[in-house]
Amino acid sequence: MADVKLKGLKKSYGEVQVIKGVDIDIKNGEFVVFVGPSGCGKSTLLRMIAGLEDITGGTLEIGSKVVNEVPASERGIAMVFQSYAIFPHMTVRENIAFGLTIAKTPKAEKEAKVAEAARILQMEHLLDRRPSQLSGGQRQRVAIGRAITRNPEVFLFDEPLSNLDAALRLDMRMEIGKLHKSLDATMIYVTHDQVEAMTLADKIVVLKDGYVQQMGAPMDLYHRPENLFVAGFIGAPSMNFLDVDIVAQDANSAKVRSSVVAEFAAPVWREGVGQTPRATLGLRPQDLRPVTEGGILQGTVTLAERLGTETVVDIRLSDGQRVLASLGEDRVFEPGETIHLDFDHDRAHLFAPASDQEKEAAQTAA
Amino acid sequence: MAAVKADNHGMRLASRYAVLILVAIIFVFPLLFMVMSSLKPSAQLLLDTKSLRAFLPVGDLSFQNYTDAFARAPIGVFVFNSVLVTGITVLLCLFVCSLAAFAFVFIDWGGKAVIFSVLLATLIIPYETIFIPLLLMVSQLPWIGADGFELGWLNTYRVQIAPFIADALSIFLFVQFFKDLPKELIEASRVEGASWWSIYRRVVMPLSGPVIATAAILKFLFMYNQYLWPLMVVQEEAIRPVMVGLGYFTDQLNVPWGEVMAYLTIITVPVLGFYLSLQRVFISSVASTGVKG
Repeated sequence: MADVKLKGLKKSYGEVQVIKGVDIDIKNGEFVVFVGPSGCGKSTLLRMIAGLEDITGGTLEIGSKVVNEVPASERGIAMVFQSYAIFPHMTVRENIAFGLTIAKTPKAEKEAKVAEAARILQMEHLLDRRPSQLSGGQRQRVAIGRAITRNPEVFLFDEPLSNLDAALRLDMRMEIGKLHKSLDATMIYVTHDQVEAMTLADKIVVLKDGYVQQMGAPMDLYHRPENLFVAGFIGAPSMNFLDVDIVAQDANSAKVRSSVVAEFAAPVWREGVGQTPRATLGLRPQDLRPVTEGGILQGTVTLAERLGTETVVDIRLSDGQRVLASLGEDRVFEPGETIHLDFDHDRAHLFAPASDQEKEAAQTAA
Repeated sequence: MAAVKADNHGMRLASRYAVLILVAIIFVFPLLFMVMSSLKPSAQLLLDTKSLRAFLPVGDLSFQNYTDAFARAPIGVFVFNSVLVTGITVLLCLFVCSLAAFAFVFIDWGGKAVIFSVLLATLIIPYETIFIPLLLMVSQLPWIGADGFELGWLNTYRVQIAPFIADALSIFLFVQFFKDLPKELIEASRVEGASWWSIYRRVVMPLSGPVIATAAILKFLFMYNQYLWPLMVVQEEAIRPVMVGLGYFTDQLNVPWGEVMAYLTIITVPVLGFYLSLQRVFISSVASTGVKG
């Protein structure tokens, strides 16, 4: 097991820079998840750690040794690919033992390691099958088994569950979580699925356009997103953003209002808020609750989705802006009905004023 | 309704089979003509060509033509030579061309795009245009054999093999096939510590059955049908291939057509055997990729 340190890591393809200086400190045994929208560079970053992509700038340390020029096979890593990457012409046993065969490991040791991996992943009965006789989940287990037998310092997962259906994905997600606990290994995991990120990670790294937007514990990112993009990206449904005016401000809070937002005091701690009289107010759909009258927001219901445990209500405000509310109960709303909403004011988020494009980009990235 | 549907389906199937059978007959007729003619005396053979009898086992049938053909030429030697030269060339070609394609597809090196383009450009050059300079070259090449150092490769097996080991078409076929292999398999192998040679031997080649069969069949046919080059470089009867051996059956005045047909029937057997042994893989390759062959 080892620490992984990325210091000012950069990657360019010709003139195009895709990773623009990334600093991440991953501690021994930590489960770190890279998330971000398509094209943010998360897979490229993982492949740079794996040694499958050259590093253009900065340094990469695994176990306090700089490995920029070290070949993939000597970095002490094992990688699980989205497409499983198991060899179709070999049995499960041969697949799992592939790395050991290459390393000319003695037969007895090889068999013991394969048996151990098969036991951990509960696939002893599949060892003599070929990949074509396995389901998607079983194939991914073979890929993980191959990684385990290498006894790597760092496990790398590149969207390993993307090809599985929803039910299997949940199972495999839990298995990977258990695996991390039982092996106590450093794991780096790339996904665009924020549920995977929130449930598996000790630390989430949110990437966008080749930069780290924020990293921290999942709940820190959820409750204290540092910028509009992270706020919109983490959490489902996505955070609502409304333009407001700042009418008064002290050290920790600001009174805000707009034509559709009644005046209230919101906490202020982010940089850039209060430098202009405008701000962007962020409200999580889960924080909104209906009230009989008054409240901070008022609008007309355009659509209500009853999911059993919650009801997601699409509301149009009087100025045409749209707000989603996720109400934690099964309630019936009719389209056209007027709804009043309130929330715990301390849970409001104030950001520096953002353009409509920025707001939309943050909301649609998730 | 169901009956009408079933009828339509039956009709479609019947017409499809009718077309297939017609095409099969067109392809089978020359072979049938060859085999039937090889059993007939030359005089009858020529008379039969005026009617459908040419394709039927009728008249005075015997294996006399075969006996005569074996008496006229050392057919066993010719077939042995051809199978040997062709077999060795095919094996070496598969090895060399797949290695070259592997380097083109999986390994990054400067200038490979240019070199590959030049290689592809050689596809349009017919071998016949380079045979004269090639002949001059092989006649000067050195060799260290059982008899020590010697100069010139003429009248050897190797002169029939070496110039044809590497060819652009085979490399191109392998390149196209390798490009379609999942990149992750190669990357996973690299992460697992496999060398390029291990990746080639343990991962890429075991997955390349279809393209190996295709390249092997095309190369086999090309080599087995070689005529001009062996005619130019081989004068000794002991190492002549089958196509050159055909010359034993022609002279300016008289062609023993029955014997010619017997000879052709004999030398077709190795080709058919080779093709049939790889037919299943070959067809699946052509069907699945549409580019091979």
